[in-house]
Amino acid sequence: MNAWLTTILILVPLGGALLVAIAPLPGYWLGSLATLASLIEVGFWITAAGRFQYGDRGLQLDQQASWFRDLHVSYHVGQYAFSVWLVGMTVVVMAACTIYGWWVGRTRARLYFTLMLLLTGAIVGVFTAQDLLLFYAFFEAMLIPLYVLIGVWGGAGRMRATLTFVVYTVVGSLLMLAAIVAYGLHEHTFDLTQLPQRSSTWLFLGFVIAFAIKAPLFPFHGWLPDAYREAPPEVSAILSGVVSKAGLYGLLRIAIPKFPTVAHDWRVVLLVLASVSLVYGSLLAFRAPDFRGVVMYSSLAQSGLIVLGLFAFNNLGFDGAVLQMVNHAFISAALFLLAGMVERRTSTGELKLLGGMARGRPLLATVVMTTGIIALAVPLSSSFAGEFLILAGVFQQHWAWAVVGATGIVLAAMYMLRAISAVLHQDVGSAVPESALDLRIGELAVVVPLVLCLVGLSAWPGLVSSHSSPAGGWTSYAPPGVVKAAK
Amino acid sequence: MIHKPHVDWFALSPSLALLGAAGLLLMVAVLVPRRGRSGTAAFVGFAGFVTAFVFAIVLDAKSPHAAVLIHDTMFRDRWSALAQVLIAGSGAVAVLFSVGERWSEDHVAEYYALLTAAGAGMAFFVQAANLMTLFLGLEWFSIALYVLTAIDIDLIGSLEAGLKYLVVGAVGSATLLFGSALVYGRTGQLSFDRIAAAGHAHDPMFLVGLAMIIAGLGFKSSAAPFHMWTPDAYQGAPTPVTSFMASATKIAALVVAYRVLSVTFPHDHELWRWTIAGLACASLAWGNIAALVQRNVKRILAYSSVSHAGFMLIAVAAANQLGARALQYYLIPYAALSLGAFAIVAARERELGVPVTIENLAGFGWERPFLGVAMWTFMLGFLGFPLTGGFIGKFYVFAAAYDHGFWWLIVVGVVATMVSAYYYLGIVRAMYFRESADLQLAPSGGSPPREFLLSVGVAICLVVTVGSFFAVQPLIDVAKAAAHSLPL
Repeated sequence: MNAWLTTILILVPLGGALLVAIAPLPGYWLGSLATLASLIEVGFWITAAGRFQYGDRGLQLDQQASWFRDLHVSYHVGQYAFSVWLVGMTVVVMAACTIYGWWVGRTRARLYFTLMLLLTGAIVGVFTAQDLLLFYAFFEAMLIPLYVLIGVWGGAGRMRATLTFVVYTVVGSLLMLAAIVAYGLHEHTFDLTQLPQRSSTWLFLGFVIAFAIKAPLFPFHGWLPDAYREAPPEVSAILSGVVSKAGLYGLLRIAIPKFPTVAHDWRVVLLVLASVSLVYGSLLAFRAPDFRGVVMYSSLAQSGLIVLGLFAFNNLGFDGAVLQMVNHAFISAALFLLAGMVERRTSTGELKLLGGMARGRPLLATVVMTTGIIALAVPLSSSFAGEFLILAGVFQQHWAWAVVGATGIVLAAMYMLRAISAVLHQDVGSAVPESALDLRIGELAVVVPLVLCLVGLSAWPGLVSSHSSPAGGWTSYAPPGVVKAAK
Repeated sequence: MIHKPHVDWFALSPSLALLGAAGLLLMVAVLVPRRGRSGTAAFVGFAGFVTAFVFAIVLDAKSPHAAVLIHDTMFRDRWSALAQVLIAGSGAVAVLFSVGERWSEDHVAEYYALLTAAGAGMAFFVQAANLMTLFLGLEWFSIALYVLTAIDIDLIGSLEAGLKYLVVGAVGSATLLFGSALVYGRTGQLSFDRIAAAGHAHDPMFLVGLAMIIAGLGFKSSAAPFHMWTPDAYQGAPTPVTSFMASATKIAALVVAYRVLSVTFPHDHELWRWTIAGLACASLAWGNIAALVQRNVKRILAYSSVSHAGFMLIAVAAANQLGARALQYYLIPYAALSLGAFAIVAARERELGVPVTIENLAGFGWERPFLGVAMWTFMLGFLGFPLTGGFIGKFYVFAAAYDHGFWWLIVVGVVATMVSAYYYLGIVRAMYFRESADLQLAPSGGSPPREFLLSVGVAICLVVTVGSFFAVQPLIDVAKAAAHSLPL
């Protein structure tokens, strides 16, 4: 059973997708079928997380089967401790978004739910693939459902949004393909657990650019405004909550451990880009005219922060980065979904036209407030824990990075409070009808679990941060000398 | 008493089966009454291709060691047998697509006769072991294809396309013939291996012959700059014919090119490797850039086939075992992709009664869900996305190039793929993101025709496209066995 668990986690959504694609049922029932599949997926993840031996932090729940021998490519999946958490956030966020799609009654339900489930399978695959080509296959496979989900169910500017999204992603991923071919063939294996470290700058850049586009990191974020704004809210939630983490995961799993010396040489460049993303993203979020704009630029800022943690090259930074990835997945998914719920009531996200929504809508106010407060990293919240670890980690590289990081956190408080007050408080906005309802039971069923996850992590951030490094700390995962032990 | 060579009839069986079917079909044309003619003819054509398919599989299984037959004129080996399997399979699927086409009642049996004859010619062509049989095979299937292109004289552009194809194709054949004459003139030998053994490498006349043979084969594989006929012929020909041309002709031409170059000209390999690499780059560049500005879907697919010729020529340029394997593997999903994509164009064409453009594909994905998803998959396959064999094919081709040290060809291929994303995804976009309500045209009457056989054909292509992604190892084993027949 243990060996099959990871494969099951990939196959359950794919099987669900197939079932939804062919089941002769009306749309509403297809939605319930998809919901069921995504909840079963969460159940299997809980099983997997329960069976994972956190004391022995090597690759677990792994399974390997030859795919094509002559080029040494195999179907190899498995999980490290940090993969468990990333898969966990994926299945929870995907379940929430699928249920949201069901709740709002997306038209053309068959295709919609098929794509949502395919996307779930692909993302879980990205986080668990231990073969470079398999990783690439899943990484590319994510693009197709996203492309159509934005293109069919997106807003008025969806054509442009899909085009820029695809152009950016395809350019990045094909650079990565070239790097993968050169890397794997040279080493006569594509197995991530066996690939030796290399010191080729070209290969490193091939991977890093692909991941920086996906994350996104300044200056590769050109696709972000259109895609996040035009996509339906639950797809924006997936994009910023989960898909962006695939890029960050790539840095963590491939770019840093496989090219340690190059990564070390290029760390200043990456740290500068991360800092710029953080500050620039925060400023844009502060200036954004709409609710979604705030959330989307804040996720650019958060990507920057997480990269700061990764390129701190020490235990604190890595632990913090993993914790913050999980935090941000729940935060941004919840905020995008809330933005969608607000937009459904007011048919606009313009902050100027919103306001005063707290009055008479206690549930909405409570949920937005709780999520927002956690997002701006008040002490005792899970993001505070994550961001503190990252700052402490990057401080050991140089104090200046920590200063930049701290500035970003101050800015986060500014833009988040501005957004919350513009939506909930102040005078009642012109676009807010008196009859706008409070959150309904279906909407609560979607966001409350996400918020509860955050509250749980706030109570016990150590669940993720001290159960994600490989045994003996990250030094055993990335090479000695590059990752400094925490002081 | 004339001394007759021993003939291994079994080795020629795929070709003979198709030839037999062609003969039978000409009988059908005159003997079967008009009412049942179309169905009977389609059945006989299909049976002919399936028989050839089965014979080719058995031939592949029973030819573990390469041999030359009939005074060194024909090969019996797995390299050609595998190509015959693909050609016959493509033909059978093309017959499924042809049934729903509105042929004029007078010529329907002749159409199938020409199709099977073209298939027979290709099956013969891939076995060729000397310059005579090479040219014979080439002309055999080319002439059948010229007629097929122009067969539907009611179709606007069909006749024009046929004429263009004839003129340009004849130039290609003549070039190949002249090149063969020069090579023969220099070496005094006809058969591939004896030409190699004659050892006239680096001789100017010999090299001019080599260049002309490459050009002649370039015409048939529609590699740039010899691709000029491709968009016009593909656009003008009846769509089932286009689907057959796009897959089978390319299979035949590339498989033969690999063999001729590696067997006949092993000593000049540095020269032709670079030439082929140049052709590959030209095809990738020209095919993809030209496809960007097309609106007619058949023309887009035609330019895409030019660019795929470029990808497969990368495998030829690598000229190693891995490259040969890559080519044979690539051809499997490629054949399915081309057949399937053109079949869907045919379905839309029959529904609307006008040429299919990006604009009038609008809403197709929602109206015909199965065909829409299939077209989507085919476009992703051409693009080389995962879950289709196109992905593994491209990966193998790049691996072959890397293996030979042509890493820059990988870069060219990657850039070409980036460009191609625009028009392949543009088709998906047209089918799903736009509403057909915006479309101001009257369908040719009634609800769209539900064509069972076309759907079956598309389903076969879909299974091959997706199946070749999962079942890589068995297919690669077959391709590997085929590649071992070549002296690489």
